[in-house]
Amino acid sequence: MFDPVFIKVLLGTLLLASSSAVVGAFSFLKGESLVGDAIAHALLPGVVLAFILGDGRHPGYLIIGALIAGLIAHYGITFIEQRTKLKSDTAVSLVLSTFFGFGILLMSYVQRTGQGQQAGLDRFLLGKAAAITMMDLYVFTGLALLLLLGVALFYKGFQLMTFNEDFAAAIGLPTGLIRLSFTVLTVLAVTVGIQTVGVVLMAALLITPSAAARSWTSSLPGMLLLAALFASAAALGGTFISAALPKMPTGPWIVLVLGFFGFSSLILAPEKGWLSRRRRAASNRNKTQRENLLKLLYGAEERAGEPVAMSAGAMVDAREQHYEGLTKTLRNLKKEFLVVERPDGFALTDLGRSEGRRVVRLHRLWELYLTERLGMAADHIHPQAETMEHVITPEIEALIVKELGNPEVDPHQSPIPYEED
Amino acid sequence: MEKSIEVHNLTVSYHSKPVLWDVDFELPKGKIIGIVGPNGSGKTTMLKTVMGLMKPDSGYTEIFGQPLDKVRERVSYVPQRESVDWDFPADVMDVVLMGRYRKNNLFKRITKEDRRIATEALEKVNLLEFADRQISQLSGGQQQRVFIARSLAQQADIYLMDEPFVGVDAATEDAILKLLRDMKNEGKTVVIVHHDLQTANEYFDWIVLLNTRLVAAGPKEQVFTKELLQEAYGGRLTVLSKLGDLISDTEFPLREPDFKEDQPQG
Repeated sequence: MFDPVFIKVLLGTLLLASSSAVVGAFSFLKGESLVGDAIAHALLPGVVLAFILGDGRHPGYLIIGALIAGLIAHYGITFIEQRTKLKSDTAVSLVLSTFFGFGILLMSYVQRTGQGQQAGLDRFLLGKAAAITMMDLYVFTGLALLLLLGVALFYKGFQLMTFNEDFAAAIGLPTGLIRLSFTVLTVLAVTVGIQTVGVVLMAALLITPSAAARSWTSSLPGMLLLAALFASAAALGGTFISAALPKMPTGPWIVLVLGFFGFSSLILAPEKGWLSRRRRAASNRNKTQRENLLKLLYGAEERAGEPVAMSAGAMVDAREQHYEGLTKTLRNLKKEFLVVERPDGFALTDLGRSEGRRVVRLHRLWELYLTERLGMAADHIHPQAETMEHVITPEIEALIVKELGNPEVDPHQSPIPYEED
Repeated sequence: MEKSIEVHNLTVSYHSKPVLWDVDFELPKGKIIGIVGPNGSGKTTMLKTVMGLMKPDSGYTEIFGQPLDKVRERVSYVPQRESVDWDFPADVMDVVLMGRYRKNNLFKRITKEDRRIATEALEKVNLLEFADRQISQLSGGQQQRVFIARSLAQQADIYLMDEPFVGVDAATEDAILKLLRDMKNEGKTVVIVHHDLQTANEYFDWIVLLNTRLVAAGPKEQVFTKELLQEAYGGRLTVLSKLGDLISDTEFPLREPDFKEDQPQG
């Protein structure tokens, strides 16, 4: 497996993927994910023209051709955005499709003359990592270092231009130069990338690593590093898979592995991920049920004027809620000494009584707030308060109490139970 | 009167529609100055033009008697809070440090001195304990204070702020006001774009009333009169806004290309 071709492909894709990811991070953050895609497509005519006019096998010609086409496309998009009433996504699509169409046209011309196949010109469309030569590898290494160096050098400029371009201009930073450098870096990254993954999949290499990395970190350097790591892992994975399986292309596998990282990050990421949001929803439901049970017991005590016990069945009847999870919740309440189990059912402990009182208090305070401050009718407020009693924090409670001037009773003339001290 | 900002015959358009017509005024130094007017009256455009972010069709502006480029390091700018994406991966300190970025240190690392100044700025807006907080986790008022800290870190002589009181809590409002007064006492000039008439009289020493054209500029006692306010807030001038639409629709140039009025004379 560790033959020279494999090592060559692996090194090439590693360099390419990690450096593209670092450059693409800024497009991702600026919400210009499509611009990289447009530039990738727009490079095609430049690359083919370089092939026609110069020596197609020399990477230098291709890079110059790509650079020129990429810059024209970039300034074309900017020009259309600024000088016409077209929206930015339209400008991007217009340039992308026109350039790409022209590129395909040129390609079919070259292929008719028969030179195309020899040079493997079609590798630019879908990429062909296996075709990486030693010469390519030297160029890749040089370019990857240039890209990383460029980002390091312009880090402050890229960061500020991405976050707040007006401020960058206001403090007199050379915004034109910074933007140009960024475009050149993007074009270079894409030029290298399209030889491996092709024009069509290039956007994935620029954007997906950052999309995955952003879910895990909130620091820009951290995000750049993580994006490069994801990209390297994908390059590694993609190269191995395509080497292990017969006749498998490397580029699409790299992109697929990246996509896997992207989607798993969306699911697994802390806080913003799908899983932790589900967990949060479950814990909110659980909190609601606990508090409702304590409230129920407190209400029963309030009506009876003395401590009472309720069986689980009676609780279900009273709350009109499902039995589902009730036993477990009661068990937990018991474990936390909020209720005790007696022969005739569950009763509040002092701790549980205080907690039940808090929920009832929040309910009644919120009902009062709604009628007093928002002018809502007394018969409309109960459902709202059923939710808010579980949400309101002690700080907000204090605010409400202060704003309403330590009220004694709610809109239904029930007393608002404060903690006696 | 020592002048901070001069605006001369300024006409600016947005998407080829004029939003400022021949505006002309001078502002004093060492005062808290409000640029006041209804929505869409060109206040933000005014500020952006002074900061060189929008090109005027005609006229010019000067700060401390010089073109902006000559005095840039003495000028600080606070954009509208909503103009940036607060989900950007950065913490409070990162943003405040941006106030230390200069053309001549763009390629250099952040120094200890930069950090000291940024820390001091955070202290002034009472956010020091939030230095490591992600900016996405800040409240509106805290975000505004971060922006002000960043501008303090610029250590400028004049501060241009776009709607710093929008969407902030009462505590932040008080904190900002106190800060502004401290700055004034140090001889700094503060120019604030503000849309709320009710508070304008209380906040500012000097007021520029704007509604596409200049309604009035001067000490607040002179400007904050019923007649002038009515003029500024009593709807746009129909003729002016119709003409603006016409110019935008026909893409008519506002000045002939060789018109030379925007050169400073003498």
